[in-house]
Amino acid sequence: MDYFAQQLINGLVLGSIYGLIAIGYTMVYGIVGMINFAHGDIFMIGGFIALITFLILISLGLTAVPVILLVVLLVSMAITALYGWTIERIAYRPLRHSFRLAPMLSAIGMSFVLTNYSQVAQGARVKPIPPFITGGYTLHESQDGFVIQLSNIQIMVVITTIVLLAIFTWLVSRTRLGRDMRACEQDQTMAALLGVDVDRTISMTFVIGAALAAVAGLMYLLYYGLVDFFMGFVAGIKAFTAAVLGGIGSLPGAMLGGLAIGLIETFWSAYFSVEYKDVAAFSILIVVLIFMPTGLLGRPEVEKV
Amino acid sequence: MTAPSTHTTKPATGIPALLKTGFINAVIALVLFSLMVGIRTEAGSEGQLTYWTRFGELASLVAAVFGGSIVIELLRQWIGPTGAEKLVPPAVQSGMSFVGRYLAPALLIFTLLVPVIFYNQRYILDLAILVLTYVMLGWGLNVVVGLAGLLDLGYVAFYAVGAYSYALLATNFGWSFWICLPLAGILAAFWGVLLGFPVLRLRGDYLAIVTLAFGEIIRLVLINWQTLTGGPNGVSGIPRPTLFGIPLNNSDEGLAAKLGIEYSPTHRIVFLFYLILALALLTNWVTIRLRRLPIGRAWEALREDEVACRALGINTTTTKLTAFATGAMFGGFAGAFFATRQGFISPESFTFQESALVLAIVVLGGMGSQLGVALAALSMIGGFELFRGLETYRMLVFGWAMVLIMIWRPRGLVGHRAPTVYLKKAQAISSDLVKEGHG
Repeated sequence: MDYFAQQLINGLVLGSIYGLIAIGYTMVYGIVGMINFAHGDIFMIGGFIALITFLILISLGLTAVPVILLVVLLVSMAITALYGWTIERIAYRPLRHSFRLAPMLSAIGMSFVLTNYSQVAQGARVKPIPPFITGGYTLHESQDGFVIQLSNIQIMVVITTIVLLAIFTWLVSRTRLGRDMRACEQDQTMAALLGVDVDRTISMTFVIGAALAAVAGLMYLLYYGLVDFFMGFVAGIKAFTAAVLGGIGSLPGAMLGGLAIGLIETFWSAYFSVEYKDVAAFSILIVVLIFMPTGLLGRPEVEKV
Repeated sequence: MTAPSTHTTKPATGIPALLKTGFINAVIALVLFSLMVGIRTEAGSEGQLTYWTRFGELASLVAAVFGGSIVIELLRQWIGPTGAEKLVPPAVQSGMSFVGRYLAPALLIFTLLVPVIFYNQRYILDLAILVLTYVMLGWGLNVVVGLAGLLDLGYVAFYAVGAYSYALLATNFGWSFWICLPLAGILAAFWGVLLGFPVLRLRGDYLAIVTLAFGEIIRLVLINWQTLTGGPNGVSGIPRPTLFGIPLNNSDEGLAAKLGIEYSPTHRIVFLFYLILALALLTNWVTIRLRRLPIGRAWEALREDEVACRALGINTTTTKLTAFATGAMFGGFAGAFFATRQGFISPESFTFQESALVLAIVVLGGMGSQLGVALAALSMIGGFELFRGLETYRMLVFGWAMVLIMIWRPRGLVGHRAPTVYLKKAQAISSDLVKEGHG
């Protein structure tokens, strides 16, 4: 039971990170109707920028942990958002009226560009950082000495995720931008006729998605203590799985799917085998798409001619 | 808020506007590259991170973006918003169509003669075999992507199934290459059906992700199922192919001894060359034949418009399935050949990069065009060889190439195959036939 509770905590933390990435997929899919294959690499870039900002701040002599965290968060969100914007501008916007597979292929190319760009720019070796947020709480200790730990970093990941989700939900449901986004999702031509700047709205979608991915990258860096240039690929596919599982196009669905994938992966590693945890996640993707193509919270898709 | 996309249609004119564009782009580039390029991190010997600055590289990159965006803007103004076909004058076009007619036979004859011309250049022969392997893979995937319009991102899985089928059957049971080759193809096709049957109902991009996941699953199973596949160490000691039972080695039983000529290791290379050439041509021949059959027509129709297909009573699931299985089978053949050529295989040869490379060959070749795919494979693999020294930049260039091709020539650089049958004459349809509730 204790072991189960510990795995539950670990799974929820991992799931929060996946959920943050999955929101980027689901938003872009909802509005533009393409799988932004490079989104996983945006997450990786976010992790790298967070790492470099950490290094600079620490070498400047800053010691106040909250200040450092805040600055790192803002810098990595800002720069990664610019990456998202630029990629949309260069690789996706010219293809908006091209044939069906073109944006997807362009996104695959962009994913290669980003992966190899960070390999060229930062080297192929894994970059570790020392544990930055330490300490935690012991929730429960059983007779046989098994301890349920809740570390501070885990608390931070979950709280940050909740706060961001709250801001994000407010943004989508209450602001002008959110209304524009929902309008574009329903019908781009009609939205344009009614004075919504479609290009700008789509750009903002990419910017927000990238900023959330950057937060996920920072969380990943803090939680696992390392980044490498290849981490975006697998994380990206899993987050996409999460988006599909939750029902692509649905924002709460993305978070729910993220949590589900995180839990499944953690429990699979804990009770079955670590080697096959990715196989489990990918198999779930296939099974979900076969039996529940609309996911948990998605709407059935109407095929238009 | 103003009307949509005013800023994209209004061209920037004059030098100040040009400079402004360049300057804005340079500032964006500066922010983008500031941390990623300007600062280089590296893990030290004791696990601590160190960093150093690279402002020189940063400055030159930003300058390159500044200059580059001005040049692109100027080019855009000079050429203007013309279509791609206007770029080529009619005289050149007719010349190209003349070349196009004779290019395929000429290439084929040249390919047949390659072992004769380059008999003593082992490097070129090896490279030619590699190119032909990718030509075959490209033609195989072309059935799926080019003809049926299904985006398959996990094609390498079938290549892996073929390779491992041959490797395991040959090393464990001692079966000969010629028995294993069809088996490898059948097994790969079987996996194609197994995967395809449930997932082919999905729409295009879902299918892409599922095939990608499938490719990863196969690779992970190959890595982790150590008792069967040897895990990351792979399978070694895979038997070399024989000429219908006659080995190509230096023994008394060997081909050279039987023919009474002096043995040379090149014989085997030449044999492999003709083997893959035959396999590739088989793929090509089958594809061309299939295209004339109802099933091929159905594939092309499916690519053009799935909803219309369904309305016309084509069973889209089985049609897709046959395309998927056919493509998978050729992937399996190529895999068996790969295993016998290398003599050693490991999961490392079957990564997603490989799938993307084959896909890029098909896309670059202009989905559906057989000659285009062959030329694309030649230029792609040849280009990779040229840049062999710049290992890390290679994939960077590859990625950019994919993006830029999609932007400039989404239907492929070399050519694009229109459906085999097409209504040449546009027919007017009375508007009362298509109004809502009637069409």
